[in-house]
Amino acid sequence: MNTRSDRPRVGLFATCLVDLARPRVGFAALRLLEEAGCSVEVPLDQTCCGQPAFNSGATAHAADLARQLIGQFESFDYVVVPSGSCAAMIKVHYVEALAGEPKWLARAESLAAKTWELMSFLVDVRGYRPAGLALATTATYHDSCSGLRELGISKQPRELLAAVDGLELRPLVGNDVCCGFGGTFCVKYAAISNAIVGEKAAAVEGTGASLLLGGDLGCLMNTAGKLSRLGSKVRVMHAAEVIAGMGDGPGIGEEG
Amino acid sequence: MRVDVPPFKSRAKAALGDAVLKTAIDRTAGNAEKKRAIAVGDFPQFPAARVRGRQIKDHVVANLGHYLVEFEQNAIRSGAKVHWARTSEEASRIVIDICRAAGAKRVTRSKSMLGEEIGLPHALETAGIERVETDLAEHIVQLAGETPSHIVWPAMHKTREQVATLFNAKHAVRPDSDAIPDLVASARRDLRKKFLTADVGISGANFLIADTGAVCTVTNEGNAELTTTPPRVHIVTAGIEKLVPSVDHAFALLRLLVRSATGGDFTQYTTFHCGPKRPDDADGPEEFHIVLVDNGRTRMLGEGLAEMLRCIRCGACMNHCVVYRQIGGHAYGATYPGPMGSVLTPVIDGLAKSHDLPNACTLNGRCAEVCPVEIPLPTLLRGWRDKSWKEGLEPLTVRAGIGIWAYFACHPRLYRPATAISVRWMRLFSKGGRISWMPLAGGWTEYRDFPAPQRSTFISSYRAMRKGSQQ
Repeated sequence: MNTRSDRPRVGLFATCLVDLARPRVGFAALRLLEEAGCSVEVPLDQTCCGQPAFNSGATAHAADLARQLIGQFESFDYVVVPSGSCAAMIKVHYVEALAGEPKWLARAESLAAKTWELMSFLVDVRGYRPAGLALATTATYHDSCSGLRELGISKQPRELLAAVDGLELRPLVGNDVCCGFGGTFCVKYAAISNAIVGEKAAAVEGTGASLLLGGDLGCLMNTAGKLSRLGSKVRVMHAAEVIAGMGDGPGIGEEG
Repeated sequence: MRVDVPPFKSRAKAALGDAVLKTAIDRTAGNAEKKRAIAVGDFPQFPAARVRGRQIKDHVVANLGHYLVEFEQNAIRSGAKVHWARTSEEASRIVIDICRAAGAKRVTRSKSMLGEEIGLPHALETAGIERVETDLAEHIVQLAGETPSHIVWPAMHKTREQVATLFNAKHAVRPDSDAIPDLVASARRDLRKKFLTADVGISGANFLIADTGAVCTVTNEGNAELTTTPPRVHIVTAGIEKLVPSVDHAFALLRLLVRSATGGDFTQYTTFHCGPKRPDDADGPEEFHIVLVDNGRTRMLGEGLAEMLRCIRCGACMNHCVVYRQIGGHAYGATYPGPMGSVLTPVIDGLAKSHDLPNACTLNGRCAEVCPVEIPLPTLLRGWRDKSWKEGLEPLTVRAGIGIWAYFACHPRLYRPATAISVRWMRLFSKGGRISWMPLAGGWTEYRDFPAPQRSTFISSYRAMRKGSQQ
């Protein structure tokens, strides 16, 4: 393992969804972070950031998970997360979940300061641009809400994707409008969620692109699931997969 | 006051099945969304104006007692009678008592959501007083026997075609055609006589100006002026959060309000009502009453909801809300729909009755992004979820589900084998990478395929890969 001092030590928090449903995103992140000159470690006891509990109002459960994650990751130079909403949970909401615990609050603040969403870390911290990549296809990009509004992620994925030869990125009408996932919302209020994602799927179809990209697996699984149910041919991937040169693999919901 | 309504989910489902409703919502809210974007784009100082708007409201909320006293003193000096109401019932009773004392048989009302909040339409009916709604959309809602579905466009839920049918059935003289100008003319014909024969006119307030005791209303139809000028008595009902220090502050907020609500630069009618008719005035009411309503507002100060008192009722949050845009206002079953309503309704109706509302939101943050006074709506909604969880109001299935999952997630040694088993189990239902049905996932698979997970979890694949590379 390369531990040269000029290589920052990055702890990769893969997120529970990537761990469970789409390890390819985790491996894409691993590859990208190494190419961007980082020494990457994956703490093997990582589980979930606690966002589903926090957004359900179960703040005590969320605080338990926050303390666990802080303990697992605070020794790294950076914590990088291939999801805007999980990164925002750590960066923005841990201090809310731990507001009543002064000792933990300080540790939460210090972790927040070094936590980054993957694509914004690559661009904003490492100045990374992929080289020698080609993928001849048409794609469109959905801006997941947490990353966009809580972390200001919008240009970074587009800059990275622009470096992929042959990839035509088409504008998506309502690219900044929620897809209806909303974590537990999508099952608690499934009928409403369905109506929202139905519109998202129609907008994606309307671009005529063959590939939908985004930065948050929850939103992507929701939209991929709807597109698939509607019989659409549009394939869905995490943008990191394309940027890591894994864009020729199976899309979300395709047998790999 | 509100009759029993079916649970939120049933109302939402019924709304989702109504294609005409969806058309109506998208026409008006979609148009409002586009116009707002243009208006905000054409006003480069909008971000700075927003900060100033927030500061004005925060200052007033922090000094509420001071400005209430100042407003009351100046209003009394102008000849107004000021009444204080702690609850909606008290507020309604005060209004009814004034109407009765004036011997009122017919009252005209210009649109006021506060009036809806305190149940005034119902109270007037119970008191046997004829109520004439003078705002065009409120007129539509009254003819249809409904309640407003949006705080700026009360008849948002109706298409022009439905309005034409309604007017044809209910107006004494039918509209000349179904074209909008003829529908408006028909409403005007129906309302005009009533305007001039009302005993009492009731309005709301957009701003209460503390240093003059004046009340500001804004409309695009001029109906507030016709409601408040000819009748002998004018009653204003207003929430105490409508206070601003001076008229300058009202204008600072108006620049935000109008752009955020309709995308216009300014409303057609902006009127400052100050006291009753003076001896030399050409017209105006003989009596001018102002009913200042608390109804939970001071309680909000102590319950972490002070920021919500900034709200200037522009409706931008609901126009930009993916949930509102699908289900419309009535499904919320409350006076105030959409994001701002889901924060306010638990204050007004109690959390036990309304805990679905703060939960029925994806927390996507678009409402806060467009809010002209920077109310952190998602944070406030999550605050209600926190309270609802602590009070045990969430369904047992949700509590158990989150509890069990959190237990595993807090014990990585149990979590790892549990996720490995889950992946294998889920893959049993996969056909070509898609899961179209799976036990315990009905909420998802009823409407969407569930993308089948890859063969093993990231952590186990990573561990295997590392072992491989070390050998």
